[in-house]
Amino acid sequence: MSNELLVVKDLHTTFATAGGDLPAVDGISFTLGENETLGIVGESGSGKTVLARTIMGLQAIKNATVTGSVKINGSEVVGTSEADKRKIWGTEVAMIFQDPMTSLNPVMRIGKQVDETLRILMGMSKEDAKKRAIELLELVGIPSPEERYEAFPSELSGGMRQRVVIATALACSPKLVLADEPTTGLDVTIQAQILNLLDELKEKMQMSVILITHDLGVVATRTSRIIVMYAGRIVEMGSTQDVFKDHRMPYTRALLESAPKVSNPSHTRLVTIAGRPPNLLALEKGCAFAPRCKYATDKCHNERPELQATGTEGHMFACWNPLTSSRGDA
Amino acid sequence: MKPEKKKPLGILFWVCVGWIILNVLLAVFASFLPLIDPLYQNYNAVNSGPSLHHLLGTDDLGRDILSRIIFGSRVSIFVSFGAMAIAFLVGVPTSMLASLRRGRFDKILTTVMYSFLAFPAIIATISVLSFWEPRSLSKVTIIVGIFSIPLVYRVIRTASLAVAGREYVTAAKVQGATDRRILIREILPNITPILVSFLLIGIAAVVALEGALAFLGLSINPPTPSWGNMINEARTVLDVNPWLVIFPSIALVLFILSLNFIGDRLRNHFDVAEVKI
Repeated sequence: MSNELLVVKDLHTTFATAGGDLPAVDGISFTLGENETLGIVGESGSGKTVLARTIMGLQAIKNATVTGSVKINGSEVVGTSEADKRKIWGTEVAMIFQDPMTSLNPVMRIGKQVDETLRILMGMSKEDAKKRAIELLELVGIPSPEERYEAFPSELSGGMRQRVVIATALACSPKLVLADEPTTGLDVTIQAQILNLLDELKEKMQMSVILITHDLGVVATRTSRIIVMYAGRIVEMGSTQDVFKDHRMPYTRALLESAPKVSNPSHTRLVTIAGRPPNLLALEKGCAFAPRCKYATDKCHNERPELQATGTEGHMFACWNPLTSSRGDA
Repeated sequence: MKPEKKKPLGILFWVCVGWIILNVLLAVFASFLPLIDPLYQNYNAVNSGPSLHHLLGTDDLGRDILSRIIFGSRVSIFVSFGAMAIAFLVGVPTSMLASLRRGRFDKILTTVMYSFLAFPAIIATISVLSFWEPRSLSKVTIIVGIFSIPLVYRVIRTASLAVAGREYVTAAKVQGATDRRILIREILPNITPILVSFLLIGIAAVVALEGALAFLGLSINPPTPSWGNMINEARTVLDVNPWLVIFPSIALVLFILSLNFIGDRLRNHFDVAEVKI
């Protein structure tokens, strides 16, 4: 954690909708060091994907306003033109998309999709790019890459396609990779393969990874730090160890408890989080989680808790009634 | 992992393709073929039915129908191919750009195009052609081409809008592809099936439109033959020599039908491939 590769400061992404302003990302600040893996977890609709796209400088829809600051290796992303962003896309920051079924062009040979990037961004010649593309396909574990170079996406399985997507994203050795639920569309054994591959490549290519997921199992062993998001805000962040073993925010606990465990006897009922994610158009004055929280008091409903430190370095949470440190009995 | 075999296109498809190619070749090489001059009037054989000398008979001025149909196809083919070339060259790039950029550019352009669509194209073409004397083949082509732009724009914009929203376009963008590159490498190949089938159907529609204009006397001036003006002239002698209407009509119908059929088959054929993806 030497240099800070990514600095996000007070980032807001607000969508103007017919029902009013919708704060999808609501004042998020964090930093990410070099060669670090950060996990961002939260339920569907907690703003994870919007956050990733905002960091990337992509706007899903035109009526979004973004304020705050995102600096990737020193270059500001918020408020810059597409031409400026093009300078960091691919070489500084890259994104691995959710669904490998839709993130490859169905009518272009996969090799071409990999070496396209190399030719645009690195200015490689046709032959060099092809050679490098085949190397990349081999690196991501595609068998007989020379043959697969000529294949169309429809001729590959989901896991293989995601490997190709990773190869395209990593083609120009970006320093930061945003992986937005990279394994959602894949079955469990393939998920593990893809995540291990990402890990391996991270070490090999010396890059930082932001792993966005709703699956705590995914982040548990692979990240050094975790951010827990709820309703567009960070509700807890800290080292993976702290978040898993010493969480203070009831939401984090609820999230952890709702993950099924292999060690449970069969027919154990799954623990759920009661209620529904909040309507972002009609947020309460207080803590967004209060309506679903069993510890909620009047204060929780009326005043919004800010992030506060726990004393352990880097571990912060936003809650009026934090759980007592569970480190001792864990 | 061999690619699956695609559904065959069927014999009828290839018959239609052959028919269109034959028509085009005949039109191009008409002057070199051993045909009777389409303007030569043989007064010894006026309104004769099909015979060995005049395979499809002669008209009321003793002109050979077969020859006139073949020379007449030049008009239909020139106008339809030319008009569609104009419509596609303007309509396709603008609509693709609009679908990618969105925003104000798209809004203004789409509003203008849709207002043009509100006019019935045939009325618009008729009114322009009535006043723009003297009529010539290129004028007809240009007018029909211009009035076809909004149609092409609407179809292609919708198609590329669907592609532009796909994740692989975003993926290409964040991997450094410029708009031009995205249009040419990502969107264009994905709308090609629609482009091709719409082009064929468009050509067929213009052949019919030219026929209608010629029938109204608004296309190329007689005595130069065209399918439409042949039918128009033959109308007056319908009771004496029905062949005069029948043969050019058959030529017109077969040509349009073949194009439509090819376009339709291609679209189905490509759709099957799409589903797999």
